[in-house]
Amino acid sequence: MPIEPDARGYFGAFGGRFVPEVLVAALDELEGAMGDAFADDAFWSGYREALRDFVGRPSALYPARRFLGEDASAPLLLKREDTNHTGAHKINNTVGQALLAMRMGKRRLIAETGAGQHGVATATVGAKFGLPVDVYMGALDVERQALNVYIMQLLGATVHPVSGGTKTLKDATNEAFRVWAAQVEESFYVIGSVVGAHPYPFMVREFQKVIGEETRAQCLERYGRLPSDVIACVGGGSNAMGMFSAFIDDADVRLWGVEAAGEGLTSGKTAAALGAGSVGVLHGSRSYLLQSDRGQVIETHSISAGLDYPGVGPEHAYLKDSGRATYVAVTDGEALAAFHECARREGILPALESAHALAFAKKLAADRGPDALIVANLSGRGDKDIAQIRALGERSEVPR
Amino acid sequence: MKLAAAFAASTRRRPAFIPYVMAGDPDLATTAAIVRALARSGATAIELGIPYGDPLADGPTIAAAGARALAAGVSIDDVLALVAALAPEIASSIVLFTYFNPLDRYGLERFARDAAAAGAAAVIVPDIALEESEELRAIFARHGLDVPMLVAPSTPPERAARIAAASTGFLYVVSRLGVTGAGSEPDFTPLRRQLSALRAATDLPLALGFGVSRAEHVRAIADEVDAVIVGSAFIDALAGLSGEAAVAATARFVNDLFASA
Repeated sequence: MPIEPDARGYFGAFGGRFVPEVLVAALDELEGAMGDAFADDAFWSGYREALRDFVGRPSALYPARRFLGEDASAPLLLKREDTNHTGAHKINNTVGQALLAMRMGKRRLIAETGAGQHGVATATVGAKFGLPVDVYMGALDVERQALNVYIMQLLGATVHPVSGGTKTLKDATNEAFRVWAAQVEESFYVIGSVVGAHPYPFMVREFQKVIGEETRAQCLERYGRLPSDVIACVGGGSNAMGMFSAFIDDADVRLWGVEAAGEGLTSGKTAAALGAGSVGVLHGSRSYLLQSDRGQVIETHSISAGLDYPGVGPEHAYLKDSGRATYVAVTDGEALAAFHECARREGILPALESAHALAFAKKLAADRGPDALIVANLSGRGDKDIAQIRALGERSEVPR
Repeated sequence: MKLAAAFAASTRRRPAFIPYVMAGDPDLATTAAIVRALARSGATAIELGIPYGDPLADGPTIAAAGARALAAGVSIDDVLALVAALAPEIASSIVLFTYFNPLDRYGLERFARDAAAAGAAAVIVPDIALEESEELRAIFARHGLDVPMLVAPSTPPERAARIAAASTGFLYVVSRLGVTGAGSEPDFTPLRRQLSALRAATDLPLALGFGVSRAEHVRAIADEVDAVIVGSAFIDALAGLSGEAAVAATARFVNDLFASA
C-alpha cells in the first residue's frame, strides 16, 4: 500500500500545513470532500472514463531497444506519458482535481504554472468541463514560454503575469495562494505537483498513481515480473510519486528519483532540492528546499523549466530519509545529450524534464546485468522545448 | 514594554494604534526614525517586519517593502540590533512579524532568546496555523514573548475560540479574505458578528488588521475593537521617503487616520 500521511498531513517528519489561517478552512473543506470522493466508486469511475476517452490512457510501456546502444545489457522500458493528451502526465492530475472541484460546487479554477505545462493542462480541463480558469505565471516565464501562454488563451484561460520576486514558478505559486486566499469560497486551487499544504501532496499523488499502477500491471503481464529499477525525474515530484507509489511495498524494486543538477550540485546553479538543499518550509509544507543560511529561498537553475523549482514534495523527502528511494542528479548537459539520443535512436522527442530520467537510465543500465528490467518514466514530450533547443544552437551528433 | 502593560497604559488613541513597518526599508536608519515617530504619535505597539522573500500572507506593498529590505542586505541580526537600540527609549511594545522558515533556520530557541534579550514583546508568524504552532508558542512563552495568533473571516467559531485560547498578547482579527494591503473593503457586517463572538470567547484585546487603511475604517469599527493594525497604507504613504521627510509623513498619516469625521 502507498504511504498514508498522518492526521496532520505528515509523511514522517515532512509535510504539514504551514499556511495563513485564512486558508485552513478551505484545506479542511478540501480534505473532507477529497476523502468523501475517494471513498466513492462513482467518482473514480468518472475519473477513469475521462482518462480513457479524453486523455487516451492507458499509455504504452515501450521497450526502447536502441537508446542505450549496442553494449547495454539491461532492457529499458519507457512509460509513455508523453502520448497523453496535452503531452505530459500533468493532465492525470488536472482531470482529477477538476472533477473534485465540480463535486464541491466550486465555480472557478486557479493554477500556477512554470513552463506552462500544468497551466495548459488546467486550461484544457477548464475548457472540457466549462469552468473559468485563471493561471498565474511568472513574468519571466510568460516571456520565455510565449507559445504555451497563447495555447492557454486559445483554451479560454486568463494568464496573469506575476512580477514579484524572481518572476518564476516560485512566485507564481505564492501569487496563486494569495489569490486563493481572497476567493476561497468560490475558487478551487489546482496545484500542479505533489507540493503544497496537506492534503495536496497526497491528493496529487493519488491522481498520478495511475502511472505506476499501469506500469506494474504491464510489466507483470508482458514480462512476468516486476522491474528491477524504476526511474523518474523529480522537480516537485508528481510524475515520480505517481510512478513510485505502486512499487513502495515491492522491496526488490529500486526507486530512483532524478533531480536537475543544473550546472552541477555545488555550482550554485542547480535545482536539486534533495541533493543540494536542506530542510525547510515552502508553499505550505516542510520538506527539502534550496535556501540560504538565513532561510531565504534561493534562485534555482535548470535547463528544464519544469524542474526549475526550489522545493520538492514532502513524500520524496520522506522516501529519501527512509532510504526507500534514492535520489541522484543529472546535469543540463547530460539531459541534453539524452534528449538528442532519444530523438535519433528511438524516434521520440522527450521533454527536457524526462530527458533527465533517460540520462540516468543510461548510466544505470551500464551497471546492471541482463537480468535487470529498467523502467524510466517518459513524463512528457519535447515539443515545448524545441525553440529552446534550437536557440542553444546545438546540432545532434548522435550516430544512427 | 510587554503588550499587556502597553495596552493598559494606552489611553491616547482609541482604538489603540498598531502600525506595521518593514525593518530596513529603505534603510535601517530610516526605520529607526519612523519607529520613534510612531512611538511619539501614541502607537501602543509597533509591528516590525523581518523581511522574507516569499511572504504568502502579504500583498504587493509589504512584499515589495520586504524585497527592498532584502536587497539592502537586512538580516534577522540587523533587525534584532535595531530592536535592542529602540526598545529602551520608546513606550510602545515592539512586535516582530515574520514567516516561519527564516525563524526555523535561525533556530526557534535561539531566536526567542535573542528577541527577548533585545527587548521585543511578541512575535507574529502568519504562516503557521494553530496545528503547527504548539512548539513555537511553548518556546516563545518560556522566553516571555507573546505570540498573537490570527483569526480569519473563514475561521469557524469553534476553531476561533481555540485560536483565541492559544493566543497571547492580543488576538489578531483579519478583517477580510485575502492578503494584507489594498483590495476589497472590509465587510463590516459579518465582521461585527465575528467580533462579538470573539469578545465572548476571550479577554484578550482584539486587534483588527488586513485592509484597514483609512479614517473611515477606524471610525466604523472603533467601538468593537481594541486596536487597529495598519501596514500597507502606511508604507504606501511613506513611499520613497527617508529621514526627516519620512518622520513628517508619519505624523501626518497618524493624525489623518485618527481624525474625527
